[in-house]
Amino acid sequence: MSRDLGILWRSIRAESRIFWRSPVGAFFTLGLPLIMLVLFVALFGNDSIGHPEYGDITTAQFYAPGLGVFAAASATYTNIAINLSMRRDDGILKRVRGTPIPPWVFLGGVILSAVWVALVATIVMLGLGVAAYGVELELDKVPAMIVSFVVGTICFATLGVALTGVAKTAAAAPAIANATILPMGFISDVFIPLDDPPSWLTWAGNVLPLKPFAVSFTDAMSPFTATPGFQWGRIAILLAWTAVGGFVAWKTFRWEPVPGAPKGRRRRNRSAVV
Amino acid sequence: MTNAIDVSGLTKAYGDLRAVNGVSFSVPEGQVFAILGPNGAGKSTTVEILEGHRERDSGEVSVLGLDPATGGRAFRDRIGIVLQEAGVDKELTVRETLDLYSTAYTHRRSIAEVIELVELDEKLDTRISRLSGGQQRRVDLALGLIGTPELIFLDEPTTGFDPAARRRSWELIQGLAAGGTTVVLTTHYLEEAEHLADNIIVMAGGKVVAEGTPESLRQNASTESVIRFGLPQVDARVEELFEPLHGKAQGRDRRIEITTTKPTADLAHITGWAVARGIELDGLIVESLTLEDVYLRLVGEDA
Repeated sequence: MSRDLGILWRSIRAESRIFWRSPVGAFFTLGLPLIMLVLFVALFGNDSIGHPEYGDITTAQFYAPGLGVFAAASATYTNIAINLSMRRDDGILKRVRGTPIPPWVFLGGVILSAVWVALVATIVMLGLGVAAYGVELELDKVPAMIVSFVVGTICFATLGVALTGVAKTAAAAPAIANATILPMGFISDVFIPLDDPPSWLTWAGNVLPLKPFAVSFTDAMSPFTATPGFQWGRIAILLAWTAVGGFVAWKTFRWEPVPGAPKGRRRRNRSAVV
Repeated sequence: MTNAIDVSGLTKAYGDLRAVNGVSFSVPEGQVFAILGPNGAGKSTTVEILEGHRERDSGEVSVLGLDPATGGRAFRDRIGIVLQEAGVDKELTVRETLDLYSTAYTHRRSIAEVIELVELDEKLDTRISRLSGGQQRRVDLALGLIGTPELIFLDEPTTGFDPAARRRSWELIQGLAAGGTTVVLTTHYLEEAEHLADNIIVMAGGKVVAEGTPESLRQNASTESVIRFGLPQVDARVEELFEPLHGKAQGRDRRIEITTTKPTADLAHITGWAVARGIELDGLIVESLTLEDVYLRLVGEDA
């Protein structure tokens, strides 16, 4: 067990190094959401917006936590799916499977290092919001933020592993990742504050995992919600998605490349914007 | 002597394709064992079953006294696998990579020791993306050796190496065997198998078509010789040349090859035929079968 923890620790460090040494991936995960925050505030001004759920809050107070959540979801879900499927095509997963490294330790390293990247991305986002745009944090509700963040990132990391199982090659993974997370961003109070959307969109947003993550996190920062700010209903939906992701990953995850998968796709190759 | 590997009646099919069709062999401990065969012969599938990467359909397999399909972590702790198709994370340095994998093994070699074995000392802190192809292969080898395996699988270990690098790899492999490590290697290079292996099996069409030491494989066919020559453009009827021969003639682009158990008589006939017509036979030679000839016949490919 202590050896497994030693492997896990080295694995987390190795995964983090791989991430930070790939500038393109680091830019998309960290840089792009920051640019979006700056752009949104510049475009819409930082005046109060009336939001049906959050009340009268500033543009930055709405966007900083929402985009922080989006960065966290992309650091886990999108990055894990792209990374793992690319490394499967390159035969790296097959190599790992031929060593005494237990599968749970390897995947644990992948997930925990992604959560670490997500934490950095979200802290940078909130830091920019607090420092530049007067975003407010309430210490009383920080525990609710932490619970939302931990459950949300683990959920999206698990879904990233599941997506690796579903996507046969590294070419398919970014397409599926972007085709799922980007539309979700629009109905999840991340890219735009939804004002009286069609009820089926509200329903879809509430059932899919991004909005429960975004709303439970953003609410914990909103000056209008009551302390302590836990949203157990939203957390339950995230936990349900974690279970679904875990089940799909367990059923579909493969260590071997599919025959004929192109190798050497070591570039962080993203087809869409985010 | 105990066997590191015992295989009997091994089969594996992919759909209708019988990739491995009733293969049996044994590898004594401490030997270098080579599996030869063309692409599609079933050697990769066989080795992957031995490594625990693939499950068999039927047959008995014992590797280091364990069943690779169920041996799990304890099994993988005792073997080393050097696969051509298994990549490494190129963003990491050589040292970081070796450090990551070595932690997983009970009997790990020090990074210093393994790096000296594969002669990559001066590249220890270089990212793998900046290494040459040959140097990356040596990282593969280092990862195969880092756990001090009792048995190491080498998949075409010197493909793409220059002759000097190939020599050094051979010395390394021989050194491992001398130290008691069992080595199973697959290769396309006959020369490599001949140089390194204590025993060879030749696979074709999912079956073992020959096995033995390099010497015995050659001897089995040594009653036969090959006469080779080039036939110039002639009007003469070539049936007169070929019909009385004891051996079997094959030709392509006017290069003729006759495999025969009576080389003296056949040669006398051929030269007599040519002299009578005033023809000079281009590049005429007589030789006993090389291991390559034996191999090519076994796998059903003409020279």
